[in-house]
Amino acid sequence: MAGKKKKSKGATDTILPFERHIFELEDKIRATESEEERKGLEKQLQQERESVYPNLSPWQRVQLARHSQRPRMLDYTTRIFDDVFELHGDRALGDDPAIIAGIARFQGETVMIVGHQKGVSTEEKVERNFGMAHPEGYRKAMRMYTLAERFNFPILSFVDTPAAHPGIEAEQHGQGPAIARSILQGLSTRAPIFAAVLGEGGSGGALAIAVSDHTAMFEHAIYVICPPERCAEILWRDVEKKELAASALKVTAGDLLGFGIIDTIMPEPGGGAHRNPDGAAQVLAEEIEKFLAASKKGQWSPQKRQEKYQRMGEWYEDLPPAACVVADQG
Amino acid sequence: MALFERSKFARLMGGKKKVPDGVWMKCPACNQAVYRVEVESNQEVCPLCNHHFRIAAHSRIEYLVDEGTFVETHANIASTDPLQFKVGKETYTERVERAKGASGLDEAIITGFAHIDGHRLCLAAMDANFIMASMGSAVGERFHRAAMDAIEERVCMVCIAASGGARMQEGILALMQMAKTADAVRQMNEAGIPYITILTDATTGGVYASFASLGDITLAEPQANIGFAGKRLIEGALKVKIPEGFQTSEYQFNNGFIDKIVPRSEMRETVAKLLSYLTPA
Repeated sequence: MAGKKKKSKGATDTILPFERHIFELEDKIRATESEEERKGLEKQLQQERESVYPNLSPWQRVQLARHSQRPRMLDYTTRIFDDVFELHGDRALGDDPAIIAGIARFQGETVMIVGHQKGVSTEEKVERNFGMAHPEGYRKAMRMYTLAERFNFPILSFVDTPAAHPGIEAEQHGQGPAIARSILQGLSTRAPIFAAVLGEGGSGGALAIAVSDHTAMFEHAIYVICPPERCAEILWRDVEKKELAASALKVTAGDLLGFGIIDTIMPEPGGGAHRNPDGAAQVLAEEIEKFLAASKKGQWSPQKRQEKYQRMGEWYEDLPPAACVVADQG
Repeated sequence: MALFERSKFARLMGGKKKVPDGVWMKCPACNQAVYRVEVESNQEVCPLCNHHFRIAAHSRIEYLVDEGTFVETHANIASTDPLQFKVGKETYTERVERAKGASGLDEAIITGFAHIDGHRLCLAAMDANFIMASMGSAVGERFHRAAMDAIEERVCMVCIAASGGARMQEGILALMQMAKTADAVRQMNEAGIPYITILTDATTGGVYASFASLGDITLAEPQANIGFAGKRLIEGALKVKIPEGFQTSEYQFNNGFIDKIVPRSEMRETVAKLLSYLTPA
């Protein structure tokens, strides 16, 4: 009895408030013995899912993107690749466990993989610094870019980080320059690059390995200039305004697609990737397959990639500032 | 300790506007009262302790280039409000207008052509008085175009950097300016156009993690705050005390990220010397 109680408490810890009703329905479905009742409940569950997930607030999506049970890079790579040979070290200072890199085989084809791993168990999270990379991690990623270019492997990048690590050693080892050079290498490499935003695409720490020919983003992932809490602290001077900041920053996959920052939204299985990692991995695998097929047809080129980033942003041109204001107040 | 000094500096800057003709001013580094005129005639460097004040982009250009040679370019590129961003009652468009009023600039970066000791160059200068010289789309686009000018005219590019990072009010579009400006540097690299950066107080965040740290040659003013993550963020995240002198120019020099620390009074001759080596034939 005591054991059961403990278990259910553990489960609610990872259930977000807006998911609660769905979990309750699922419990009921499991408990019921009447076929008729089950069908009714399943229908109800389907309706509930359809009404909840498409209408999540930006902050709720932030919560989903950071969900403790959301699949991490390794949950995907073990499902997607035939085998992975991990490579370590930046050849200068050390090896950063926050970034995983290596050679892998996807449906028989050799690819280079690189990505953030946030960690699953508490122990792993600490070891991997919650997916917050040091300069050593970005330099390891750059090594992979160089190898991929030399041996003509496509690069597959998996983005899932709150931010680049803010720390004394990270600064000492050149966090800023490492991110800058990683971005620069992503722009220049002749190897085709695919990037998938799995959960959190956090700031420069994400962009460092997210420059790509084709960026796909999971439906409930976020991609931000900085964590909403930090934005709230700076602009509203109140960390509690994080929900407001999340809405204002336009962080969802739909927003990003609208701005032309990402190229595809990968739909998540019912209830989100954390409810069905196999289903989510299937979606990601199909996206990679499409990317590699397009690559063989010569659809990607460094020049196209560079032009994509050259176009990014929105600005007025040849419009006197006063007119802008009038237009806006329209 | 450094934080305390910074807040005092902010107060001093705030007070400056109220008494624009004050004869005396207080140096935030040595806390001494100094003649304003003396500071101004010393390229805004404290005559007592050599503290380099944060200065406007136009002053930087004036101190650096041959008199009367600066011709501004791309002043027509202006910010939009892609996110319809609003803090309290103030829209981002209004925030930009307020920054224009406070700084006398139309964006956080000025670009143009100029001569230094007779060498023609393309120049970009950032100004912390404009929303902490943060980088939005207009800053990214201006920098990119200036780099293209340098390539087209086959002259060196010099960037005087200062920034609080990417501009939050433009969200992800501001973040992407890191890639856009990095690509501008890539194009200069491929075209063989020398690119010199001068890091000033403070060069941080997304600007430091893109074009500001991609120079072929990196110079810095003394005692400038240069780094990726803010000191307060690191202190908050790690719950540790930041060591004295952390993220100063001297610190970054010792860590191998800066070629030379150059006092403001010697910047002009230093850049001129470099241009004499580097100006494309």
